[in-house]
Amino acid sequence: MPHVLTRSLDRAATIFILVVAALGVLIPLSNLLLPAGSAFQVPTYLVALFGKYVCYAILALAIDLIWGYCGILSLGHGAFFALGGYAMGMYLMRQIGSRGVYGNPILPDFMVFLNYPKLPWYWNGFDMFWFAALMVILVPGLLAFCFGWLAFRSRVTGVYLSIITQAMTYALLLGFFRNDFGFGGNNGLTDFKDILGFNVQADGTRAALFTLSCLALIIGFLICRAVVTSKLGKVLIAVRDAESRTRFLGYRVESYKLFVFTLSACMAGVAGALYVPQVGIINPSEFAPGNSIEAVIWVAVGGRGTLTGAALGAIVVNYAKTYFTSGPLAPYWLFMLGALFILVTLLLPRGIVGTFNAWWEPWKAQRLPAIADSAAREDGVSEPNPAE
Amino acid sequence: MNVMDSRATSALLYLDGVHVSFDGFHAINNLSLALEPGEMRAIIGPNGAGKTTMMDIITGKTKPDEGTVLFDGVTDLTRLDETHIAELGIGRKFQKPTVFESQTIEDNLLLALNVDHSVKGTLFWRESKPETERIERVLETIRLTEARNRLAGSLSHGQKQWLEIGMLLAQDPKLLLVDEPVAGMTDVETHQTAELLKAINKEKTVMVVEHDMTFVRELGVKVTCLHEGTVLAEGTIDQVSSNERVIEVYLGR
Repeated sequence: MPHVLTRSLDRAATIFILVVAALGVLIPLSNLLLPAGSAFQVPTYLVALFGKYVCYAILALAIDLIWGYCGILSLGHGAFFALGGYAMGMYLMRQIGSRGVYGNPILPDFMVFLNYPKLPWYWNGFDMFWFAALMVILVPGLLAFCFGWLAFRSRVTGVYLSIITQAMTYALLLGFFRNDFGFGGNNGLTDFKDILGFNVQADGTRAALFTLSCLALIIGFLICRAVVTSKLGKVLIAVRDAESRTRFLGYRVESYKLFVFTLSACMAGVAGALYVPQVGIINPSEFAPGNSIEAVIWVAVGGRGTLTGAALGAIVVNYAKTYFTSGPLAPYWLFMLGALFILVTLLLPRGIVGTFNAWWEPWKAQRLPAIADSAAREDGVSEPNPAE
Repeated sequence: MNVMDSRATSALLYLDGVHVSFDGFHAINNLSLALEPGEMRAIIGPNGAGKTTMMDIITGKTKPDEGTVLFDGVTDLTRLDETHIAELGIGRKFQKPTVFESQTIEDNLLLALNVDHSVKGTLFWRESKPETERIERVLETIRLTEARNRLAGSLSHGQKQWLEIGMLLAQDPKLLLVDEPVAGMTDVETHQTAELLKAINKEKTVMVVEHDMTFVRELGVKVTCLHEGTVLAEGTIDQVSSNERVIEVYLGR
């Protein structure tokens, strides 16, 4: 284990973890301890908003792991995020109990409304947190495993794979829209009350959820770093850059793709599960193909193949989204997002962090040749060819 | 073929009556060829003669429509995929040098080593002395020790060719398929490559596809000339190059 840690934690990674940890502690503390109205007090609505960004950052990490390092462009990762979210939403629905509008102790409101005679079998167990938490990881993971097993074994790659991932999330969108699917149809799951006995609306719960999201981001980041700095990470890059060559060396490429794809889907599921209690709702629009594409843009903006860049990109783009969609420019946000993507592709193909690295590395190498040399060897990871 | 006498041939690689067509174009036409263990064979032939397609068939990239392809006398290669064939011990160097450009030379060799290639094996892989020493030896053989930490993409064309041969060595296969190893090399590099292949041939069976006749002559091995997907002539370089049909299709320019 210590070996894995020293390998995974280069300077940039350590700085990233320290910054996330500091934010994860300071923002809740400022919210809870400082008096309301103080210049340094972070209002509760901002804590929830930042919490949302952190969940998006975890999703971006998951996408970067497969796209940046293995060349799998999934345009359906929002589906895994939403499935994790639904699993958490189901737990939260069952915690409402008899406090719902219809006061039914077992059935959530929408089921009473739609005349469900009893709880559908797949809702069993979701009254227990551990079970829901397990499903948050298992359901997206299992879907990704089955999907990936079929797709990678048949050697579906490139745009074809991207298109079928879009189809997958769209199919789920249509399914979850249906009332008889058993997940609340159009309205989804909402009106949550408690999580583990704490009121989801309370400042303290929101602060704790924010801290937990930051912790999940750090853990997700460490897992990704451990993967990409291992020899497996080198194989992934080999697959990304020359898939057929990797096969001729005797690597079973489909197994590698399946492994990272499933791992990435599990991470996306966790991100979705943390997202739902913080925004208070999960509905089928989370499966919209546009959401998945937007998430890919975050990664491209931040820097594909740089994990810190993916997380940064998610936060920067979403901050811009919040800023612009709450002002007079709101109707033009999608145009801005599209323009951003085109501009980044044309002018900043390595993204923010990738460009910074390209500028910083030679400069550092000039000043400290010995250190840069050893760092490069430990790291063994470089940005993908932007032309691909 | 029964169990007692399962080995049909003494040849390490045995092709018999192989046919492949792509949309009606007969790329390989009744091709038969046998490579004995320890042999080095040069394959020549004009463009479109089927040299690369033949390598694709041997390495599992292309499935033949008809015919037998046996490795080591027992293994039917037409039933296996690329990964499986690579694991059996057939290594390939491509016509266009294909190295992992965004990784260092050392990492390229590390990836090529014939150690545990499973997901679990690579995830929990740790540096070990025997592996490092093997990489060290390959680096010396291909004269890239100084450049070990450079990205493979920054190498010259000739150096990439050598790195790819180095990757073959690290793979430690029984049979090496080498497609146009000296394309784009200077005379000196060509000579060095011939020496390198001869040294490799002391332990391994090698099949070299090459256009460069000076190079083929320097190898001094049995030559097979392909034309329109079938064997036109076989023998020493002098025999082959004096064969009238060979002169007609290939050398008579």
